[in-house]
Amino acid sequence: MSRILATAATEFRIALRNRWVTIAVVMMAVFAVVLSAAGSAPTGALGSDRLSVTVASLTSLAVYLVPLLALLMSFDAVAGEVERGTLPLILTYPISRAELLGGKLLAHLAVLSIAVAAGYGCAIAVALAVDADAARGLPAVWRLLWSSVLLGATFLGIGYALSALARRPAGAAGLAIGLWLLAVVLYDLALLAAIVADGGGAFTTGVFPWLLLANPADAFRLFNLAASEATAAAAGLGGAATTIPAWQALVSLLLWPVLALALATAAFRKVTP
Amino acid sequence: MQTTLALSQITKTFGAVRALDAVSLHLAPGERLALLGHNGAGKSTMMKIILGLIDADGGEVQVMGAAPGSAAARRATAYLPENVAFHPALTGLEQIGHYLRLRGEPASKAPALLDRVGLGHAGKRRIGTYSKGMRQRVGLAQALIGRPGLLVLDEPTSGLDPVSRRDFYALLDGLAADGASILLSSHALTEVEARTDRIVILSRGVVVAEGRLEDLRTRAALPVTVQVIPPEGGMAALAEALPGGRPMGAGLRFEVAQAGKLPLLSRIAGLGALVADIEVEPPSLEDIYSHFSRRDGQ
Repeated sequence: MSRILATAATEFRIALRNRWVTIAVVMMAVFAVVLSAAGSAPTGALGSDRLSVTVASLTSLAVYLVPLLALLMSFDAVAGEVERGTLPLILTYPISRAELLGGKLLAHLAVLSIAVAAGYGCAIAVALAVDADAARGLPAVWRLLWSSVLLGATFLGIGYALSALARRPAGAAGLAIGLWLLAVVLYDLALLAAIVADGGGAFTTGVFPWLLLANPADAFRLFNLAASEATAAAAGLGGAATTIPAWQALVSLLLWPVLALALATAAFRKVTP
Repeated sequence: MQTTLALSQITKTFGAVRALDAVSLHLAPGERLALLGHNGAGKSTMMKIILGLIDADGGEVQVMGAAPGSAAARRATAYLPENVAFHPALTGLEQIGHYLRLRGEPASKAPALLDRVGLGHAGKRRIGTYSKGMRQRVGLAQALIGRPGLLVLDEPTSGLDPVSRRDFYALLDGLAADGASILLSSHALTEVEARTDRIVILSRGVVVAEGRLEDLRTRAALPVTVQVIPPEGGMAALAEALPGGRPMGAGLRFEVAQAGKLPLLSRIAGLGALVADIEVEPPSLEDIYSHFSRRDGQ
């Protein structure tokens, strides 16, 4: 454990020096403030508090930004060490490859947590400033926060796996961006197209819910929207979401980080320094 | 434990290239062994197998009685890679502190370690601003952590100036005196001459020579060079009294076998005033090295 913590402390320091902490915090905060200021129009009509509405917007924001930040921080984790030539030496130390990844994960998760906490904190502040009732939405924000960290852990793990598979930072970066596009943009577009083509048939009722659950980004969206019904109306895929219970989305959210880290460790084990 | 490191019949191939072919090697506590060979002779491959970074195709390796790469072997082994690298964003102190914690030691020992390799003044600067020699010293400092039983040093003195090299070998002497075994590779052949107990010469993955320098010298049976310098204007007289020499510079040069060295010297001593000075050069390590590594058809 002390070796994991030592690695995490050093990796966090590197993230701080590389401005990753600053970039992540500023990015999340700016987007969160813009969203919570702009997305307030339908409040009165829906009869729910300002913060609960903002959570719907923040969920859509997090689905794009959290995986992006996680992949940006993780693509260099193994490939960068290979490229710099620092990997052979560290692997002769009494630390296992899983511990090394664990340390990096801890540091990157800390950066991500700070960034989402800062972003959602800004949103809370804006909501509370204009709506005294907004405190009712705090549980939803809390749920959004920890599920964002789980989503981040998933994409960090996948990023490490891609980094170990690519073995070169440029290749790993390309794979990471490709995966991001696929998982958070193209996947949903393809599903929507399939639903339209299917016209309410067997695919829509039988296969579609499982495909949504299989994608960690969709599971994250489902979990946060299904858990707060007041905001379901605000989401594009929300209609389909109502047929899937929140606990199933939560199981997917919990399983994905484990799976991603197992993949990453397996891929890292295959890297010969 | 009588052997720190034991390799027996290690074989490793990369595709069609046989990097190591039935290599055997033993290292006792406190022993310093120099590994010599051309680029691509298999030195780094052998070191990586010893460290457990890559697996051998055949043969057996034991590091402090354990398998290479096992937790016990890693705890007892320190490594200095060729062209050692670190994260440029960290300072020397932070990097050494990190390595200390990985070995279960407090990071507060970092300043003393950097002082030991002469980097105490630069510890708070980022490694990205260091010269190659300074990075090499950071590498040395991390290899000194926690009294390792075996040090594996891949061309440890590359990038160091002559004074630093001397300091470095003095450090190694101290470690060996404390019982650490040292395996180092080098291109600077003359430099390991006085600083190692045993020499192994690798050529195309095969051990072509092994032993103490004196043994290798005897086995190579290379000629000794004797340079005889006459007094001002005495060249002709000297050449007449001592035939067979080749004029070179201000004197005559003789190349004789080991057995012929003393008879020649006694003849020279009998020449009295015809000789102003004399220099005897035994075959250098470079000569011996090329003798053995060339024998294999190169």
